[in-house]
Amino acid sequence: MRVSKRASGAIALGAAFALVASGCSSSDDGGDAGNSADGAITVDGTEPENPLVPANTTETGGGKIIDWMWTGLVEYPNDGGAPRNALAESIETADSKVYKIKIKQDTKFHDGTVVKAKNFVDAWNWGAHSPNGAQNSSFFADIQGFEDVNTSDPDGADGPQKAPEPKAKEMSGLKVVDDWNFEVTLTAPTAVFPTKLGYSTFMPLPDAFFAGKAEDFGKKPIGNGPVKFVSWENNVSIKLTRFDDYQLRDKMKIKDVNVKISQDDTAVYSELVSNNIDFQQQVPVSALAGDKWKQDLGERAVSSVAPVTGIIAFPIYDKRFTDPKLRRAVSLSINRQEITDKIFFGNRKPADSWANPLAPGAAPGNCTACQFQVDEAKKLLAEAGGFSGEMVFYYNADASHKEWMEAVAQQVKTNLGINARAEGVPTFAVFRQNINAHKMKGPYRAGWQQDYPDVENWVNPLYVTGGSSNDGLYTNKQVDALAKEAGAAPSLDASHAKFAEAVKLIDADAPSIPVYFSGQQSGHSEKIKKMELTNVGELDITTVEL
Amino acid sequence: MSDPSTASIVSTPPTEAGSGAPVDAGLPENARREKPRGLLGDAWSDLRRKPLFWISATFILIFVLMAAFPSLFTSGDAVNGALSRSRVEPSGDAWFGYDVQGRDVYARVIYGARASIIVALVSTVGTLLIGGAIGMLAGYLGGWADALLSRFGDIFFGLPFVLGAIVILTTFNGAGSSNNEWYIMALVIMSLVVLSWPVVMRLMRSSVLATKEADYIMAARALGAGTGRIIIKHLLPNCLAPLLVYGTILVGSFIGAEATLSFLGIGLKSPVVSWGIMISEAQNYIRVSPFLLFFPSAFLVTAVLSFVMLGEAVREALDPKLR
Amino acid sequence: MGRYLLRRLLQLVPVFIGTTFLIYWLVWSVPGDPFAGKCGDRRCPDTYINFMTEKYQLDQSIWVQYATYMKNLFQGDFGVTYNNRAVGDIIATAYPNTLKLAVVALAIEAIIGLSAGVLTGLRRNGFLDNLVLVSTLFLIALPVFVIGFILQWLLGVKWGIVDPTVSSEMRFSELLLPGFVLGSASMAYVARVARTSIAENRRADYVRTAIAKGLPMRRVVGVHLLRNSLIPVVTLLGTDLGALMGGAIVTEGIFSINGIGRAVLRAIVTKESATVVSIVVVLVLVYLLMNLLVDLLYAALDPRIRYE
Repeated sequence: MRVSKRASGAIALGAAFALVASGCSSSDDGGDAGNSADGAITVDGTEPENPLVPANTTETGGGKIIDWMWTGLVEYPNDGGAPRNALAESIETADSKVYKIKIKQDTKFHDGTVVKAKNFVDAWNWGAHSPNGAQNSSFFADIQGFEDVNTSDPDGADGPQKAPEPKAKEMSGLKVVDDWNFEVTLTAPTAVFPTKLGYSTFMPLPDAFFAGKAEDFGKKPIGNGPVKFVSWENNVSIKLTRFDDYQLRDKMKIKDVNVKISQDDTAVYSELVSNNIDFQQQVPVSALAGDKWKQDLGERAVSSVAPVTGIIAFPIYDKRFTDPKLRRAVSLSINRQEITDKIFFGNRKPADSWANPLAPGAAPGNCTACQFQVDEAKKLLAEAGGFSGEMVFYYNADASHKEWMEAVAQQVKTNLGINARAEGVPTFAVFRQNINAHKMKGPYRAGWQQDYPDVENWVNPLYVTGGSSNDGLYTNKQVDALAKEAGAAPSLDASHAKFAEAVKLIDADAPSIPVYFSGQQSGHSEKIKKMELTNVGELDITTVEL
Repeated sequence: MSDPSTASIVSTPPTEAGSGAPVDAGLPENARREKPRGLLGDAWSDLRRKPLFWISATFILIFVLMAAFPSLFTSGDAVNGALSRSRVEPSGDAWFGYDVQGRDVYARVIYGARASIIVALVSTVGTLLIGGAIGMLAGYLGGWADALLSRFGDIFFGLPFVLGAIVILTTFNGAGSSNNEWYIMALVIMSLVVLSWPVVMRLMRSSVLATKEADYIMAARALGAGTGRIIIKHLLPNCLAPLLVYGTILVGSFIGAEATLSFLGIGLKSPVVSWGIMISEAQNYIRVSPFLLFFPSAFLVTAVLSFVMLGEAVREALDPKLR
Repeated sequence: MGRYLLRRLLQLVPVFIGTTFLIYWLVWSVPGDPFAGKCGDRRCPDTYINFMTEKYQLDQSIWVQYATYMKNLFQGDFGVTYNNRAVGDIIATAYPNTLKLAVVALAIEAIIGLSAGVLTGLRRNGFLDNLVLVSTLFLIALPVFVIGFILQWLLGVKWGIVDPTVSSEMRFSELLLPGFVLGSASMAYVARVARTSIAENRRADYVRTAIAKGLPMRRVVGVHLLRNSLIPVVTLLGTDLGALMGGAIVTEGIFSINGIGRAVLRAIVTKESATVVSIVVVLVLVYLLMNLLVDLLYAALDPRIRYE
């Protein structure tokens, strides 16, 4: 998932879902074509943390640029519907194991070269090859031969030993058929695989990428999307302009996009109110309080929901938290409605299901542990033998989590009589390092923004043994088995049904506490007459009309 | 240009040289007839007559009492709240209203005095002592000692405050280390002192440089006074003024600095309450609930004002030049 | 004087080395793996962490790292950030911005602070004196983020008197408000120190002499009194330029100024030693030169101080 790295960011996981038509102008006929054709907009952004290479970007600052500059095999519609083919002509499979992918002919990269099947295969092999150190390498783990190109370090990243050089440079599961066709073989049947293909990790890379160093490419990236790269001035701005040879559906209606880099969302908000910037994805807390932003922005305010859930995870490796009854008791003692009303001013919704309801296949209201039942909680706590000592709720203090984490701790203290308090860890890096090392001494803030729209993304990474974000080390053999069956199911519907069974078991164990479903509050300038947000809440620049 | 011969006697009336007894021109008739007293006795008799001194001292006494025995002032709960009364405006029940977490703002302001005042006062005293001592030495000794100490100060002076504080506090006070509040307070004080003393040092050094060539110092030296005597009896009283002024203001900015550290998650932690924490917590709600910012700020400003007034009164009493 | 200057310039060398090492060591000892938090709420692959650790030589001892850094520095190479941007470029764009802001802040602080100090110093304990005292204290006591936010909102957004944020051209008119906010805390110091100094020197014999000579009051204050009262104020202002530049983090954030404060804060949090040290090194050079200038100014302002 991507995480926002704005230090004073109002909401750490800034993202939203599915908004059609912003309702910005009173005249609904959209913008003036003449204005739009040569028009330019300035939008808010943050400095990318890495060189701009698709397989190596996991934060929103760079991710947004990548999403705009590239078009993948499939795309996620803005309305949150099922993924549909973009650059892919067709994706066919008989057994969910071998996929035959045919791409549209004669589309071009920004440097004029043609996008061919081998651009995909080479890009994926590069991303998976462990010596390249791509952040998203694990996304290729489904593909046959992944372990031959990606070797893990025998004693972890901090240990003195180095990972052995991988045997191969290319995954055996990837095969180029001709210029427009390639074949992907997975290690095991995975029904959700085509859905994943819209994620930025799976983007094609031009031949120029492989001719030089990745980091140099990342300073001046070449994509295949509706806009191309112009310049990147450190901490100031990234400039993009329309790619005139673009042939797919989503062509740009305006010409230039200037991403203004800033670190303080309050400053950006003042610019937005005075129309000096054209779009801010998330307005700051100081504007949300008392719904001031709606007064400030009027019709320019855009409210949407995001496939993001605020979670508190238990360190199940700590003996004090192994008892499911205790975990359920803590979860049941939290009044989520009150927290979303008072801390988030109703802009987020109390969580009542394990997967975010915006994910296809997610069943609403299936989290019985998410109810507010103090008596039941007290009973369970007594059965679990109480809790001795201090229960500290940890959060990273470099984003605004303090208020809601303190509210949670206060409710646990008041309702269960546990000596609870919340404590901030100065930086996300230290916070994350402690989580990775399994050194957390109390429940801690976690959050999940879906990578691709499917309930699978809300179960496998979080609650399956060895899942990429199962940091609390929750393990339940039945859940593992059901998730495996779900993955191998012949259709997405069958897969969703199996995941629903798995979620029931997870609900009984309460390995974490879903607290809220996120919302996004954006705003745009008077200049923009029409716009849409993407499925993750980014501005869809191709829909902007002036 | 002014006449250098008049400029050179800027500091003190010549009679003070050697004896250390100040001229009492500024005192009323009856005071003149009393026998000569020491510096402190003199200062006290001067202070007693100033309403400013009594007013500020009373306020400070109240704040110190608040810090030592908060329960004298409130029976409220500063730590536990209920979300249901989040941001309820001030009323008869809760004079100062409730904060975002539904905690009683009045109780929190009272309990917050302790951490704020202790951190600010101790850091100020520490900064003045360390910076003052080093500045005095550097200015008085001159030459290589001056160069060495000044350049040493420069190194620390160059450190950005946030960087220094993050390192000191996260190294000794990382997450999960359940240090008690006194230990964290000591760390916060230490980082403030370590990062602030060079300013005081430079201030002291410049005062000493300006004073040490004065005739009365020459005279004292000629009379055979030792280094220690010259520093304590002659230099210190004459160089203390800018330091005390700076110090009293420093108290205020340290309360603010403590707020910044808490805000960054490296300073004091809940359940400890301080005015700084309250102010930084209130900042997001300035537009809807300004009272959350107003009350801790009002206490802070009053406290700072009291310290400055007191410092002013004491300084005037101590400074022989103003008599 | 020439020898003094030469000696002071030579002393810059050990201070330079001492400071760079101290800062390098400090950043090095900030806890946390700089790459652990790069992948959001998913743990980063070990392969990524290993790759970056090796690339930036973070597996080496601090001595090796520091030596490599210094070697590159003397060749004019400030190093690269973790997103592969040249630190030299960041310094080149960010420094002028911060310097402009700091100079504006210093000017505002000197003008307002000094006039307030002189006025109150001449008329102590009057109504004006107390008014200045209370208002300057208010500015000190409230944290910068609060003052900045309120002024920006009222003046910039609500009443539209000034631009709420600073554009990348950094026009002088846009810098007045941020300059005032940045200088607000020091303004009170300047006012207080000037007031005290004036009050003290007002009673000095040379002032009485000047008055007795029948000099006009303006000349007494302007020439005799001010010149002799300026030393502590000049110290404060001189050392403050550096402090303003280093302390502009919050102000730069509020007004969206692309300065070194933001760059340093970001780099501290991400443990980018090269960025932090390079920026701070230049900052330290500014401090050192300003200090030298202040010391030279002493001699010019006060005939009693002589450097051999």
